[in-house]
Amino acid sequence: MIGARLMVERPRFRLDLELEVAAGEVVALLGPNGAGKTTVLRALAGLLPLSAGHIRLDGEPLHTIPAERRPVGMVFQDYLLFPHLSALDNVAFGPRCHGVPKRRARALAAEWLERVGLAGHAGARPRELSGGQAQRVALARALAVRPRLLLLDEPLAALDAHTRLDVRAALHRHLGDFDGAAVLVTHDPLDAMVLADRLVVVEDGAVVQEGAPSTVARHPRTDYVARLVGLNLYRGVADGHAVRLDGVTLNAAESQTGPVFVAFPPTAVALYRTRPDGTPRNLWEAVIGGVERHGDHVRVLLTGPIEASADVTAAAVAELGLRPGARVWAALKATETHAYPA
Amino acid sequence: MRGRMPWPLVVPAVAGLVFLVLPLLGLLVRAPWAGMGERLAEPLVLEALRLSLVTATLATAICLLLGVPLAWLLARGDLRGRRLIRALVTVPLVLPPVVGGVALLLVLGRNGLAGRWLYEAFGISFPFTTAGVVLAEAFVAMPFLVISVEGALRAADPRYEEAAATLGASRWRVFTRVTLPLVAPGVSAGAVLCWARALGEFGATITFAGNFPGRTQTMPLAVYLALETDPEAAIVLSLVLLAVSVLVLASLRDRWAGTP
Repeated sequence: MIGARLMVERPRFRLDLELEVAAGEVVALLGPNGAGKTTVLRALAGLLPLSAGHIRLDGEPLHTIPAERRPVGMVFQDYLLFPHLSALDNVAFGPRCHGVPKRRARALAAEWLERVGLAGHAGARPRELSGGQAQRVALARALAVRPRLLLLDEPLAALDAHTRLDVRAALHRHLGDFDGAAVLVTHDPLDAMVLADRLVVVEDGAVVQEGAPSTVARHPRTDYVARLVGLNLYRGVADGHAVRLDGVTLNAAESQTGPVFVAFPPTAVALYRTRPDGTPRNLWEAVIGGVERHGDHVRVLLTGPIEASADVTAAAVAELGLRPGARVWAALKATETHAYPA
Repeated sequence: MRGRMPWPLVVPAVAGLVFLVLPLLGLLVRAPWAGMGERLAEPLVLEALRLSLVTATLATAICLLLGVPLAWLLARGDLRGRRLIRALVTVPLVLPPVVGGVALLLVLGRNGLAGRWLYEAFGISFPFTTAGVVLAEAFVAMPFLVISVEGALRAADPRYEEAAATLGASRWRVFTRVTLPLVAPGVSAGAVLCWARALGEFGATITFAGNFPGRTQTMPLAVYLALETDPEAAIVLSLVLLAVSVLVLASLRDRWAGTP
């Protein structure tokens, strides 16, 4: 169990956050570039001194111990495998530092390489390994010191899309087997959702939201998270199902009172050239701000009383004449509009 | 970008090449090839050659022992006045070697600042000894090693050292198992430069250690002396030095210095 209050002060940057990770738990730090995610890992590893705060492992202070004596394993973003050592000796490096005799250390390293499926590459130099293989060697190297805290800095960022899928699945398996606490840094929401038990969203050096991946994905609390999970997000004041936003009142699926967030997916928005018949409850007139391809559909950016994204088919774009500057009516399904306390 | 090369560059370039190569060719042309075998076997030549090789190698060893840690301190150390220290380290590089020899004499001579104490306390005296030759050579050659190694250390990614620390490596272990192997090419290149400089050392050696055959008379000293009494011998000695230098450079270049 890791409990930490990390404070790092630097010119033009300030990190101040609390973090708790239970043994066996995988926490993903998610955040934009420059948010301080890597700083958190470096502070936990002891590569960066704390300005204030503490790190405790099962109640024992960790922040007073130098990096080489902390029971921590780290997988770096570009792996940093020692180029002058074979894959086997890279993995054996840690055990050797902990006083394991050379033959035992190499036997141990061989076991770890086998566990990550690289038994056949023991003699290979890092430059002879593919990105995915290097990542697995780096993981084996970090795990071979039997850490109680495993730190992973963007472990999948350096891989191409195809390799990423396999490596992500393998990493998921190894993290499942790992009985210590694990902290993973990523800016990819998919990696975070798949690999982590809990997400901690960091922006500007502070935690802005945390919770189970599914909760964070359904109920984002900042624009950054909403963009990541692909939802439109607003703040408003609820009175029953009606939520008053800045410019328009929406009907939500849930009944709430007081300050709330309202979120809905771009696919819940329908666009019409003229005011639709009947009286859909969530209806407003918008101006098209932009149109862009988004996978197999088209994302339309709406301005007007509220800014929103709407996903429509390419055929609809042609039929409705959706050009920037055009006026449209936007209707939103109340059942897909979710309100939750702010 | 290939094509016609501009003559204002080509003409001086060719002239420069001729200027560098012609004297060496002259040495080969004027060499007394007929009696070469006998001349090489002369005790004076062999003695000077042996002394040169031994002292240059010892001087390089000293430079490695002291210079690599110094380079590490300059590149990685948490230290004030780094620029001043670096400037001080490079002084012997630009200092006329004779001045270096005089300075060594003033400090380590029998009446010198440290030399007097060394002599009275331990009976150690450096001037006019083989050890003095080694010191003079090391003094002049060390900057080559320090600069080369420091450059290599600066170019090496310090995050490898961080990775080693997270794996439990002590500072010393990080240095010996990670840092040194990473900068090995730079250390080798520096050592070769250092050795070559020590081999050719003249000014500081003759000033500090004198010119005693068998004891302090290294090849460059022997060449200079022979030039006055027996020019042909000087040519032979020069050829030997040239051969040794080329041999070392050629044998190390492919393996360590790395072709860009």
